[in-house]
Amino acid sequence: MTQIICITCPKGCHLQVDEENDFRVTGNNCPRGETYGKNELQNPVRTLTSTVRLTGARTPRLPVKSSAPLPKGRIFDAMRLLDEVSVAAPVRCGQILLPDVFGTGVDIVATKSFDAAQS
Amino acid sequence: MKYDVIVIGGGPAGLAAAHAAWQDGCKSICIVERDKELGGILNQCIHNGFGLHFFKEELTGPEYAGRFIDMLGETGVSVRTDAMVLEVTPDKQVHVVSTAQGYEILEARSIILAMGCRERTRGAIGIPGSRPAGVFTAGAAQRYLNIEGYMVGKRVVILGSGDIGLIMARRMTLEGAKVLACVEVMPYSGGLTRNIVQCLHDFDIPLYLSHTITDIQGRDRVERVIVAEVGPDRRPITGTEMTFDCDTVLLSVGLIPENELSRAAGLEMDPRTNGPVVYENMETSIPGVFACGNVVHVHDLVDFVTAESQRAGHAAAAYCAGHTPAAAPLLPLKGGNGVGYTVPQHIRMDNAKDGVSLFFRVRAVYRDARIVVRDDSGAQIAAYPREHLAPGEMESIKLPRVLLEKASGALTVQIEEGGDQK
Amino acid sequence: MYDVAIIGCGVIGASLAYRLSRCDLRILILERENDVAMGTTKANSAIVHAGYDPEPGTLMAKLNVQGSAMMEQLCADLCVEYKRIGSLVLGFGEEDRKTLSRIYENGLQNGVPGLQMLTGDQARALEPVLSPEVTDALLAPSAAIIDPWGLCIAEAEVAVRNGAELKLRSAVTAITEQDDFCTISAGGQTYQARYVVNCAGVDAESIFRMTAEPQFKTLPSRGAYYLLDKSSGGLVSRVIFQCPSAAGKGVLVAPTVHGNLIVGPNAEEVHGSDDKAVTAAALDVVSAASKKSVPSVDLRQSIRNFAGVRANTTLSDFYISPSSSRVLHAAGIKSPGLSAAPAIAEYAAEQLAAMGLSLSPRAGFDGTRQVNRFRRCTPEQKAALVQENPLYGRVICRCETITEGEIVDAIHSPIPPCSIDGVKRRAGAGMGRCQGGFCGPRVLEILARELNIPQKEILQDQDGTILITGETKTGGAQA
Repeated sequence: MTQIICITCPKGCHLQVDEENDFRVTGNNCPRGETYGKNELQNPVRTLTSTVRLTGARTPRLPVKSSAPLPKGRIFDAMRLLDEVSVAAPVRCGQILLPDVFGTGVDIVATKSFDAAQS
Repeated sequence: MKYDVIVIGGGPAGLAAAHAAWQDGCKSICIVERDKELGGILNQCIHNGFGLHFFKEELTGPEYAGRFIDMLGETGVSVRTDAMVLEVTPDKQVHVVSTAQGYEILEARSIILAMGCRERTRGAIGIPGSRPAGVFTAGAAQRYLNIEGYMVGKRVVILGSGDIGLIMARRMTLEGAKVLACVEVMPYSGGLTRNIVQCLHDFDIPLYLSHTITDIQGRDRVERVIVAEVGPDRRPITGTEMTFDCDTVLLSVGLIPENELSRAAGLEMDPRTNGPVVYENMETSIPGVFACGNVVHVHDLVDFVTAESQRAGHAAAAYCAGHTPAAAPLLPLKGGNGVGYTVPQHIRMDNAKDGVSLFFRVRAVYRDARIVVRDDSGAQIAAYPREHLAPGEMESIKLPRVLLEKASGALTVQIEEGGDQK
Repeated sequence: MYDVAIIGCGVIGASLAYRLSRCDLRILILERENDVAMGTTKANSAIVHAGYDPEPGTLMAKLNVQGSAMMEQLCADLCVEYKRIGSLVLGFGEEDRKTLSRIYENGLQNGVPGLQMLTGDQARALEPVLSPEVTDALLAPSAAIIDPWGLCIAEAEVAVRNGAELKLRSAVTAITEQDDFCTISAGGQTYQARYVVNCAGVDAESIFRMTAEPQFKTLPSRGAYYLLDKSSGGLVSRVIFQCPSAAGKGVLVAPTVHGNLIVGPNAEEVHGSDDKAVTAAALDVVSAASKKSVPSVDLRQSIRNFAGVRANTTLSDFYISPSSSRVLHAAGIKSPGLSAAPAIAEYAAEQLAAMGLSLSPRAGFDGTRQVNRFRRCTPEQKAALVQENPLYGRVICRCETITEGEIVDAIHSPIPPCSIDGVKRRAGAGMGRCQGGFCGPRVLEILARELNIPQKEILQDQDGTILITGETKTGGAQA
């Protein structure tokens, strides 16, 4: 039995996950809690949010995210990938910057639109 | 220039308020925003977790703002960015200065105040020590990191477990800094539980509850901090000191509604929220002047800011259409045991046909307690069981009309324990 | 060859430079920090004392009263914020009454105008928030509040504009005297000057030692303060003192020219000018003492704590004397040094004249300075300012309503700041309740742009106060 705190929503339900019983979840207040509890022990994932270099816009960084959660263990690897990315404005929110990272099917996408700066 | 509605502040509150007023038929609306773009602080909150309530999906701050900015783009709401409101007068003149339009005095039939809040600083909490560089509010560090692309330190201690501090613990760690500790003077965290999990536990960053920084050392740049445990009086306990060699201290020690314009305009203020006193529709003590979002009280989730601001926007539209609720009967509200404040502070029965939602924060952590509403006679009007209550989370209850009608005199919202405790 | 080298550009050095720049002289100012006004001048009570404290007959008494009388016109000429609001010294019972009548008599002898003894009730009629325990008070209408670093910067700027040469980052390491001149080593350079004036504040003793054996010992005294939000700025309308003691003038509660309330200082002996830490014990002392005067003072309204170190010495008076025919010392300039500053400069100039320096007036000297302060303008004036320069239409510091125009003006002033605090001391950005949380990054950006240097090089304050430690997205991620 493992105690974890559900992070699917701000309620922060305290879950008990029973590894010996098919990862049965108790303490959850919604079905998403059950899913989270099972996954968190078997295959923990996190959405990554960060920035990449941005040129030709008013500010030098573009906020980005993973389009879906990535394996928790690959987060720092993904950060290293982002170090190499540079995007030139204009860019649209949702635009895919890095497709299919680590073969996960998850993309890195822009989370904000920037027009090209008038200089 | 005269508008139906002038919205001061183009962050999440102002955006939602303006959009709601437009939807209700107001055709002459202006948002005045001091930054160069709309979106407010959401622009630097690049993490996700926004929008679960309102959009039913998880968005980042810029995405959440972007949705509203796009929605607003389809309306005729006019926007002035890079424009600062210097004064709001009780007769609803708005003094604005900008590089583009110079000094202007705009007039409005209705004004919505949505200026947001600011962070408490080192000076506000009086941390002893020297005054080296490297002490930042978490929000200032967030701006440097996320907008400008600069690191403000390599070895970091975070004071306060407010959400921005927790989020910055993760961001700084992801960008290569070493976050040594998060130090919280209270026995519980000031931030959301999931931020404790995702931002501290994920990276093995220790959270020291009931601890504080007792000394910041370093001549030019922070060199170390001394952390000590505090007693129930929140005074440091001698002999519990720990030393952290760090170059940076981030402060996440609370937010304060930014109400200089409100005070100067003469609005009645609530010393508990540091925001204006509001009625059920977010109207302030000056008829036709509304307030919403963090300028009224500090929210935990932007979704709630949006909902509150939509109420203000709808109300401003109604005001412009000539609907003014009767001042009486009036139900004043106050916080009782364990409840710091309530928003709204007054309910006009004439304007509460569908009941009223109340928002507040509790003063301590409770398990299996009840939120109880009582009237002047002590009679219980309503009770809401809660498994978990914490100061880091804003609470809300909905009071139906039928229950409001039962009340005699002022309502008190309080936390009651006992009964079926586990 | 310079005619005069001034060591130290706090308010004393700047006042002297300003005074001497009226004359046809080549002036050198050596300052060890990266800006002027970096020592006691930037961390003190910001009061122009009326002059009843010093012992009659002392240099301190004479120069305090003279300085206080000169200050209003000086500040008007230099566009420095100054308000003559008067002061009250409070008495709590019989012992204090004796002290008050002694300093009242002092004041009369020192020539302080308008002094008046009040009963506790009369004092509370003037300042309703005073403690009910107050039994007596001394009213001194000529006391004033001032922007101390503003005065220093303005004087130094005007001196520089009139030809004085300011060398920053130039700590003096040696002074050697020849017959006709002195050679000074500072910041890796050597300079020659016919006369040298030591205005090095708390470190005047160590400069003194480079030329002669000083007849005094410095006892650096640290004082901590609270600066309260503007919402508390109107709590009192005068400077509220308690009776002075051997340790100093005690804890005061006073409005500032910027609209805040200042509360402090305590007094504790420390090792040197660098020892500027604020301790919890010091804050407790200040808190307790201030509440004795004004029980309703709400220190939760604090926006900043700071401490300053004062140049107390084993002497009770200022020490303004030459140690040789070439070197003049202005040492032991403790409180009321700021109040006396213009008179100290005048006195030092007389001493230099007696040492042989010619003070013939400079042709074309302009002793005035103008700065635009957007927040102090009427709406019409504001409109005109933005019309003239659109940058006055962009408010950078929202707490204090400081515009980009004012910040750019400050950066291009005769002594350009290289730090965020340097901009703060000139334009006021970051002085307010958010303490630069919002405007700091923007001021940094403007500084970098206007000075044409990378943002990473912009400092918080003195050299070494680095803000930015690196960039993101350079491969810094690590597990």
